[in-house]
Amino acid sequence: MTEIMRFREEVREWLQAACPVSMRAPMVDERDDVWGGRRGAFASPDQRVWLERMAERGWTAPTWPTQYGGGGLDAARAAVLEEELKRLGCRPALKSLGVWMLGPALLAFGSEEQKREHLPKMARGEIRWCQGYSEPGAGSDLANVQTRAVLDGDEYVVDGQKVWTSHAHVADWIFCLVRTDPSAKKHEGISFLLIDMTSSGVRVKPIKLISGASPFCETFFEGVRVPAKNLVGRPNGGWTVAKAVLEHERALISRMRDARASEDEPLGSMAARYVGREGSGIADPVLRDRIAQADIDALALKLTLRRSAESVEAGRGPGPETSTFKLCATELSKRRLEIAVAIKGFQALGWSGDGYAADEIATTRAWLRSRASSIEGGSSEIQLNIIAKRVLGLPD
Amino acid sequence: MSFVLTEDQESIRRSAKKLVEERAPIAQLRALRDTNDPLGYSRDLWKQMAELGFAGMTLPETYGGAGLGLTELGLVLEECGRRLVAGPLFASLLLGGGAIDLAGSESQKEHWLPRIARGEAIVALAHEEGRRHSLYEVAAHAAPVGDGWAISGEKTMVVDGHVADAIVVVARTSSGGRDGLTLFLVPRDAHGLDVQRRATIDSRNIAFVRLGGVHAASDSVVGIVGRGADVLDRVLDRATIGLSAEMLGGMQEAFEQTIAYLKVRNQFGVPIGSFQALKHRAAQLFCEIELVRSLVAAALRAADAGSDDVALLASAAKARASDVFVHVANEAVQMHGGIGVTDELDIGLFLKRARVTEMMLGAAAHHRDRFARLSGY
Ligand SMILES: Cc1cc2nc3c(=O)[nH]c(=O)nc-3n(C[C@H](O)[C@H](O)[C@H](O)COP(=O)(O)OP(=O)(O)OC[C@H]3O[C@@H](n4cnc5c(N)ncnc54)[C@H](O)[C@@H]3O)c2cc1C
Repeated sequence: MTEIMRFREEVREWLQAACPVSMRAPMVDERDDVWGGRRGAFASPDQRVWLERMAERGWTAPTWPTQYGGGGLDAARAAVLEEELKRLGCRPALKSLGVWMLGPALLAFGSEEQKREHLPKMARGEIRWCQGYSEPGAGSDLANVQTRAVLDGDEYVVDGQKVWTSHAHVADWIFCLVRTDPSAKKHEGISFLLIDMTSSGVRVKPIKLISGASPFCETFFEGVRVPAKNLVGRPNGGWTVAKAVLEHERALISRMRDARASEDEPLGSMAARYVGREGSGIADPVLRDRIAQADIDALALKLTLRRSAESVEAGRGPGPETSTFKLCATELSKRRLEIAVAIKGFQALGWSGDGYAADEIATTRAWLRSRASSIEGGSSEIQLNIIAKRVLGLPD
Repeated sequence: MSFVLTEDQESIRRSAKKLVEERAPIAQLRALRDTNDPLGYSRDLWKQMAELGFAGMTLPETYGGAGLGLTELGLVLEECGRRLVAGPLFASLLLGGGAIDLAGSESQKEHWLPRIARGEAIVALAHEEGRRHSLYEVAAHAAPVGDGWAISGEKTMVVDGHVADAIVVVARTSSGGRDGLTLFLVPRDAHGLDVQRRATIDSRNIAFVRLGGVHAASDSVVGIVGRGADVLDRVLDRATIGLSAEMLGGMQEAFEQTIAYLKVRNQFGVPIGSFQALKHRAAQLFCEIELVRSLVAAALRAADAGSDDVALLASAAKARASDVFVHVANEAVQMHGGIGVTDELDIGLFLKRARVTEMMLGAAAHHRDRFARLSGY
């Protein structure tokens, strides 16, 4: 038996024993997500047990070095762990912007002290992070951030406003892009700063989305004093760090779309339920053709993700196809939800209350939420700009 | 199944690329077209292909083939697609030869497969009849006579029919839709067989075939009488996947030529590739092509693995390849401006090939319908 096979057996046995049965049931709604943090409550005792056990092994951040709370696994072993988690149907023990986005950037750019201070708390789900990039005047043009950070002794004094800060109202810390040199060119005067949300002068105001949920906020900074040691990378070198984080974010958004699509009811059977069958096919031929198109595209995207992953595993590096993921995944998921709404017809027009089944309301809310996917993390137009420039080499 | 090419596959791709680049410039297709060449393909190139083992690539070694997979052949077809090669490789190996390989009798195989592999014989397949691809609507019929059959009917879109040494003909031997079809191997010189070459927009070699009571001996049946559709389905799945690989090469080339042009053509004092209206469309095309590439690669590998989803992947690949090739070619012409609609520039040839391959073996809507059926809706 090879070492990797032994590892698989060991993982399998451990998961069987460690993962509470209720943590293997399909997720139903947001209460099943565990985000951790000082203010994060567990919806069930099993959620806490599952997180603690996984964190103890470092498997909430499988590839991070063990001294920072990670699992110290190589890529092959991390893949085995992921497969086994999936095989057993285990829910994610922890969802975390810290682990997904900030952590990898800290590993690459952070000081030893920053890594020791922040990474283990992220991996254990003790501290919840949010991302303070966008501002009223800096969306797609992110490098235009105006929030000021002025050095005063061994502290920065931060003044300004962030917007669209997801989960800021429940987060403990925020990683921010701030302007430290207003006289430099716009990409060269930005720094990457970690700020404790409990600092005095930080204020958060939730914003409601068209889907009814309120997952993001305006975040205000007034004379907030931040220790200078919380600056990641070099002063005025924040753009490099920011870009690294963005790449992780885009990969993440495409993977989440992919995962969600595989949980949903297939459009074909949904249509059979709502519009009926004629002979062996769905009664509405136009709808049927749209569904087939969307299903073929979903298959193509899934295969493209696999093709890219295999190329990386074989040591050939990610191919240019990687740039297409965020764009294709979000555009496709929007299209699929449009079709789902078309299938459910009047039943997809309900907001709440009587007359609409829970899955109908869920489809409608998911459709409304999906409109944001091609805006957040760099809009579709920005993705097209990136492909045109970096992959196709078209001139500015 | 792995998407990463093995060393051997890389080397096949390289030699195909080299051959096609050196021996099959697009000028060759033009010359064949403009001189109204009676064969319609380059003998010289075909000989080279046979020498490199391409002509019998997927045939078993016992019959002189190379015993390789569709994945390997797909690499060759993709390179051929890049230069719009109009050789008999696709039709002879995947259509006519494919039927003999899959269902032929021992003596049919012994006679034809080694010749196909050496590039000495070309075997076409005559299955289409109507205005568009429709597999089981066959009016051509074969009636039993004496020791064999008498076949009558008309066939269209017979790829390389005019240069074929034999044609596998699909005819009805009893009523019914999918049931009752039989394949017959008819030699080119059979009495009553009339083959007329058709001049298509893309200079691919297409023929119209008329059968007026052609006599076929009983041992000319390929497979089992009345069960031809089982063979046809499998042959056409493989051919559909091969054709999609060829189309992938075509769209990739048209796309690359267009990107190159966007960088050199100046208007308003800047390269036209700096205009966002064109950039975004170019980036969209790039994404579309990458998706097709994945479907084609998966379909080729599924065919080699003999997995259950070959038909599903064949239809997914052809549906997407059809739409995207046409879209890429249309955009390529538009982004070239006036020069794009001239015969002087190669781009127009890709537009024409795109339309022909789009309809061959079923256009996008046909394959989406099949995909939906196979998916249970
Ligand atoms: C649900 C959600 C969650 C978010 N969470 C966070 C978060 O946690 N933290 C955070 O910092 N930010 C977050 N964002 C913000 C997000 O990153 C921005 O919304 C995004 O970058 C777009 O910026 P904008 O909203 O200012 O739109 P704008 O930049 O004003 O864009 C408006 C339109 O113009 C187009 N456009 C802009 N520039 C160009 C160009 N150069 N070429 C072509 N078209 C262009 C855009 O594509 C878009 O269609 C979130 C957004 C959403 C929707």
